[in-house]
Amino acid sequence: MSTTQGQAPQPGTETSPAGEPTRWHRMFREITTGSAIISVLAVVLALVVGAVMIAFTNKDVQASAGYFFSRPGDTLVEIWNSVAGAYSALFQGSIYNFRRPSFADGIKPLTQTLTFATPLIMAGLGVALGFRAGMFNIGGRGQMLIAAALGGWVGFAVDLPYGLHMVVALVVGILGGALWGGIVGLLKARTGAHEVITTIMLNYVAFYLISYLLRDGFLKTPGSNNPKSPATKVTAVFPDLLGPSYTLHFGFILAIAATIFTWWLLSRSNLGFQFRAVGFNPNAARVAGISVQRMYVYAMMLSGGLVGLAGINQVLGTSTSGFGAGLDSSIGFDAITVALLGRSKPWGVFWAGILFGAFKAGGFSMQAAEGVPIDIVLVVQSLIVLFIAAPPLVRAIFRLPVPGAARRTTQPNVSQEVAAK
Amino acid sequence: MSTVAPVVQPATTPAPNGGDFEFVKSWKVTIALTIFTVLGFILLVAFGRDGVSTMRLSTSRDLIQLPDLELPTRVTGIVISVLLLLITGVSAWLVRAKTKAPIWLIAVYAVLLLVGFLAWAAADKSIPVPGLLFGSLSLAVPLIFGALGGVISERAGVVNIAIEGQLLAGAFTSALVASLTNQPLLGLVAAMLAGTLVSMVLASFSIKYFVDQVIVGVVLNVLVIGMTGFLYSQVMAPNAVLLNQPPRFERINIPLLSEIPIIGPVFFRQTLIVYIMYVAVAVVYYGIFHTKWGLRLRSVGEHPQAADTVGINVAATRFWNVSIAGAVVGLGGAYFTLGSVGAFGKEMTAGAGFIALAAVIFGRWDPIRATLAALLFGFASNLQNVLSIIGSPVPSEFMLMLPYLVTIFAVAGLVGQSRGPAASGKPYIKS
Repeated sequence: MSTTQGQAPQPGTETSPAGEPTRWHRMFREITTGSAIISVLAVVLALVVGAVMIAFTNKDVQASAGYFFSRPGDTLVEIWNSVAGAYSALFQGSIYNFRRPSFADGIKPLTQTLTFATPLIMAGLGVALGFRAGMFNIGGRGQMLIAAALGGWVGFAVDLPYGLHMVVALVVGILGGALWGGIVGLLKARTGAHEVITTIMLNYVAFYLISYLLRDGFLKTPGSNNPKSPATKVTAVFPDLLGPSYTLHFGFILAIAATIFTWWLLSRSNLGFQFRAVGFNPNAARVAGISVQRMYVYAMMLSGGLVGLAGINQVLGTSTSGFGAGLDSSIGFDAITVALLGRSKPWGVFWAGILFGAFKAGGFSMQAAEGVPIDIVLVVQSLIVLFIAAPPLVRAIFRLPVPGAARRTTQPNVSQEVAAK
Repeated sequence: MSTVAPVVQPATTPAPNGGDFEFVKSWKVTIALTIFTVLGFILLVAFGRDGVSTMRLSTSRDLIQLPDLELPTRVTGIVISVLLLLITGVSAWLVRAKTKAPIWLIAVYAVLLLVGFLAWAAADKSIPVPGLLFGSLSLAVPLIFGALGGVISERAGVVNIAIEGQLLAGAFTSALVASLTNQPLLGLVAAMLAGTLVSMVLASFSIKYFVDQVIVGVVLNVLVIGMTGFLYSQVMAPNAVLLNQPPRFERINIPLLSEIPIIGPVFFRQTLIVYIMYVAVAVVYYGIFHTKWGLRLRSVGEHPQAADTVGINVAATRFWNVSIAGAVVGLGGAYFTLGSVGAFGKEMTAGAGFIALAAVIFGRWDPIRATLAALLFGFASNLQNVLSIIGSPVPSEFMLMLPYLVTIFAVAGLVGQSRGPAASGKPYIKS
């Protein structure tokens, strides 16, 4: 009890008769009870659990554990080797590679991280927007696919001058995602169909529709049996941000723009206010004169549009050589975790997306270099979200003080009867 | 709540029309039926096919052999279209007369539409009806277990999005334990324990630490996918002979019952897990609606404060019921490895947990209705298997898409506003 809730000022904590706590003491308390330390410790805890899993399943560790009692040092060394090897590969694959000679080469993994983070941020913003309006958008996959198909078609089949082509493909893609999300909002508003069902179902519908179009429709590459679309035309491809030797492209700028837009929408605009009102309490929102039905449709359209941006980003930026029906590669689902980690706040989602992008980039190089399956990244990611969501658990593990808790219980608790009415 | 992002609270909105006491003319059913009738007419009559559709009603092993049903395709299509039109007309008339179309009429409509479609697709071919239904039940088993677990958990006030994770954990553990011990029964028990374990994490995070239940559910799915995938690649796949060759349950033919035409081969020539499923459905239904346990379960999910006032320990009731739900879902996971597929594979549940979640909502948090919804999903996915074998005139992708489209129409047209347990998804903070 008592921890996440009950933020009401408790009598006696600030004006304790036992005298003013020293400034250092207060600062120490602020650091140990703040949410930043919880986040850091959550990451540490998750990495520790991941380390345990890596160590336990490592072949050398198992071999040396066979003679643990005669030479325990061997086991410890092997444990250290397996864990340190995996995590340093994770770091070098996602942030900075020390083995490369120059800074320009060493920093490449960081740009790779940002490239992976771009669609996660965009789709995460879409899911977060849905959450803020009280809706759970699991339809990221479908919205990404439809956006990629429509925008991608503009990208490879239409001839337009450089620049304009990209903008048109982008707009068409976003509209495609908005359309696919809007269907969900419309169904919810008009018939009350639960969005969890309809988004899941529309994921499958989109997947099979795109599979058909790739095999036998307008997305098919002429003269090829491969269910893959033709390559995007050069006039529509996103420009590189740091030159051709880096993978980072214009999409990252779009992700920043999308974050600013979503922030503005949710905290500064009239529409965003209505979204949040509906999300908090649809009944109260209705009483206040907000058209809840209309908000459902708008919120799902915007949410789908943002997720669609992630889809079109893949086609115009990341893999421009044509796309298949697996183009979303579970970004639609990862986006849910990103939105949750970012607590559905735009900038929170932005940083959560970068963290997950780093894990993705690093996970691949860890698998290649150390043979540790990339699934460990999923474990660490999910544990981070879980621990961050439960600060009392982290505090209990590290024996941190609880914020706002009375330091000394010298004062009799007189407010009990009063508070209970 | 400081830790909680504002997330879905299923169905806290009242029906837009509000009036519970006076009959509100709802044309939704009629509109849905009209759309389906028009589609049926286009398919069955305008694009009608010639030939004879054969429905095989018996398998070669049956004691009582039923003759094959031979339907002339075009005539069947026309007759069925007319019947569909009639039912649509009746339902429109009923709405005008301010009564509701009865549920059996809609059921008859659905069966007719289905028969018409099957006959159309199988022109000059034959459809093995028992095989079609048997496969549907097989595909539905994990969905039914998942839906039952979902119903229990949500009725107790904890949204269970982790069904997928519980299924996968059950599948993994049962494969591992059954392979090591060579005992499928022990595998079954292990699957229940694994499901319970996942549930307990869900329960303790959402009940003790008040973390948003949707967050915990989604994250647990990812966690289980990651853990099973990691252990599979690191441990299981290299030692597949020792760790991933579980013995499967034998089929048990129930005497007499298994010889009933059509029904017998479908329902009574199944493995132990399926028979457990029949019992589970009955027990969960009876338990939730006719026992003290069920009353307490529902009360903590509908109005925890009232339950607390009369002396029910809300947190403990929720915790143990969510754990039971996990055990039930775990059984469904065991079906993947011990019942159907035979060995564990990475992410082998492939979204079944989300379909089960849809079945829970589709079935309006009622065990029987959720079971029926799960059967519908199973039937729809098996239908396209059968049709792809006999070869259908439509591209296979559209056949694959069909069940999901039908679900969307059904949810929008027939189910509509679904209202879950009032306190589902909300932590109860005792004051």
